[in-house]
Amino acid sequence: MRLRRLTQAAAFAFLTLAMAAVLLALGTILYYILARGAGAISWEFLTSFPRRGMTAGGIFPAIVGTFYLAVGTLIFSLPLGICAAIYLVEYAPQGRAVRLIRMAVNNLAGVPSIVFGLFGLAFFVRLLGLGVSILSGSLTLAFLVLPTIIRASEEALRAVPQEFREGALALGATRWQMIRRVVLPAGLPGVLTGAILALGRAAGETAPIIFTAAVFSARLPNSPLSPVMALPYHLFVMATESIFYEETRPIQYGTAIVLLGLVLALDLVAILVRARLRRGRRW
Amino acid sequence: MIRQAWRERSIRGLFFLAAATSIIILLLIMLFLFGEGLPLFRAYGLWDFLAGQFWAPTAEPPRFGLLPLLLGSLWVTFGALLLAVPLGLGAAIYIAELAPAGLRELLKALVEVLAAIPSVVYGFFALVIIVPWVKASFHLPIGKTALSASLVLGVMALPTIVSLAEDALTGVPRGFREAALALGATKWQTIWRVTVPAALSGISTAVILGAGRAIGETMTVLMVSGMAPIIPHSFLQPVRPLTATIAAEVGEAVWGSPHYHALFALGIVLFLLSLGINLLAEWLTSRYRGVKV
Repeated sequence: MRLRRLTQAAAFAFLTLAMAAVLLALGTILYYILARGAGAISWEFLTSFPRRGMTAGGIFPAIVGTFYLAVGTLIFSLPLGICAAIYLVEYAPQGRAVRLIRMAVNNLAGVPSIVFGLFGLAFFVRLLGLGVSILSGSLTLAFLVLPTIIRASEEALRAVPQEFREGALALGATRWQMIRRVVLPAGLPGVLTGAILALGRAAGETAPIIFTAAVFSARLPNSPLSPVMALPYHLFVMATESIFYEETRPIQYGTAIVLLGLVLALDLVAILVRARLRRGRRW
Repeated sequence: MIRQAWRERSIRGLFFLAAATSIIILLLIMLFLFGEGLPLFRAYGLWDFLAGQFWAPTAEPPRFGLLPLLLGSLWVTFGALLLAVPLGLGAAIYIAELAPAGLRELLKALVEVLAAIPSVVYGFFALVIIVPWVKASFHLPIGKTALSASLVLGVMALPTIVSLAEDALTGVPRGFREAALALGATKWQTIWRVTVPAALSGISTAVILGAGRAIGETMTVLMVSGMAPIIPHSFLQPVRPLTATIAAEVGEAVWGSPHYHALFALGIVLFLLSLGINLLAEWLTSRYRGVKV
C-alpha cells in the first residue's frame, strides 16, 4: 500500500516537473529576447532605414518586405485553401479521391520548409522566370501554408450544424446556394482563424525565402517582381554572416522582438477568435 | 433547370480542382526535385553519393558523400528526442490527467505559443544563449555543436509532441479510467496501465511527427550546429545536417553545376525522409482507429 502511494507521488512529481520544464523553456526564451531587446525598440527603429552599412538605423524596409510577402502568400493560398476545404466538407466527405487528397495535405504539411525553398527556386525563380522576387516568395510560401488553411477551414465548416444545411436544401436551395448563403457565412470566423495563423507562419519563415525572395539590402520594392528585405532573413544574416555581428547585437535583438511580437500577436488574435467561437456560439 | 444543374456540376468541378491542388503541388515538388537532382548521377556515381563519407563540393575533384550530412541530421534529431520525448510526454500526461480543469486550456495555449515562435528566433536565442553556455560548461573551443542544436531542436519538437499526445490521451474513453479506479487501482496505476496503453498509437504518432519536425528544421541547425561535414560520434562536436547544407550552399553553387544538382539530390533525400515519416504516422493512426480496445 505504502509503495503504491510512493510510486504515485514520484510519478506525479516527474509529470509536474516535465510540465514546469516546458513552461520554463518558453519563459526563458521570451525573457531573454524581451529583456535584452526592449532597449532597441523605438519609433525610429521601426520607421527608419538602415544606416552605415546596416550597423545603425532602423529596420523599416524589412518590416515592409515581410508585410508584402505575408499578404502575397494569403492572396494565393486563401481562396485555394477555402475552396479545397469546401470540397472536402460539403461535396465529398469520403471516397478514394478524398483519401488521396487528405494524404497529400498531410504529407505537404510535413515537407521541410527548405525543400519548398528548393522547389520555389527551380520552379518560380528559374523556370517561370519570376526571379528573386516578392511574387516567387509569396507563391512558395503559399504552397507551404496551404495545409494550415485547409485544415482550419475544414474545422470551421464542420462546426456549422447540419440542420443549417438541411434547412437551406429543404427550402429548395441548390447545393451551391446553400454553401454560399448559409454555410460560408456561418463558418467565416473559423476560416479567418486559419488565415491569421497562415499569416503568422508566412511572416516567420526564413528557409523558403532565402533563394526565392529575400535579399540583405534593398530599397523599398516598387513591383511584385522586386526582391525585398524581410525580418527573419535580416535577423539571420545580421546574427551570423555580417562582419559586425557582435557590435550589432542590439539591432538583432530588436529585430527578433519585432518578429516575435508580430507572430505572437497574430497567433493571439487567432486563439481569441477561436476561443470565442467555441464558447460563444449559440446556433 | 437544366442550366442550373449544369452550373452546379461545374461549380463542383472547380472545388474538386482546388482540392486536388495539394496532390498536384506534391507531384510538382517531386518532379522538380528529381528533375534537378538526378542529373548529378550522370557524372557522379549513385553509390558514391549514398555511401560517400566526404562532403567536399568545392574540392578538386568534388566529393558529394551523403553520409556525414544524413548522419548529422539523424544525430541531432536523436539528441532532440532524448530531451523532447520524456518532457513532452510528461507534460502531455500532466495536462490530460492531472491539471486542474481551469488551468488546462491555459497550458495548452502556452504550448501553442512555443509552436508559433519562428525558427530563426529559436536559432538566434540558441546562438546568443545556448552556444556560449555549452562552450563554457564543457570547456570547448567552440560552442556550436550537435548538443547545442539538439537542445534547441528538442524545445522546438515539444509542442508537436505535447499537443498530439495530449489529444490522444484525452480521446481515451472515460469508462476505461472509471473501470480501473473502481477495481481499486491508484490514479497513477490507471494512467500507466490503462490510459497510456490505450492511447499508445496516438502517442507514437506524436513522437514520430516530433522527429519529423526536428529533422526538417533548417534555420536553427544552420545557425548553431557548427556545420562541419564529419560523421558524428559525439554530441560535443560540430555537425552539418542536410537542411543546413542546402540552405548554406545553394547561394554559392553555380546553376546547372554538379554541386547544384547535388544539393537537389540532398533535397530528394530530405523529401523522402519526411514522406516516410508522414506515411508511417498515418499508417499508425489508421491501424488503430477502428480498433475498440
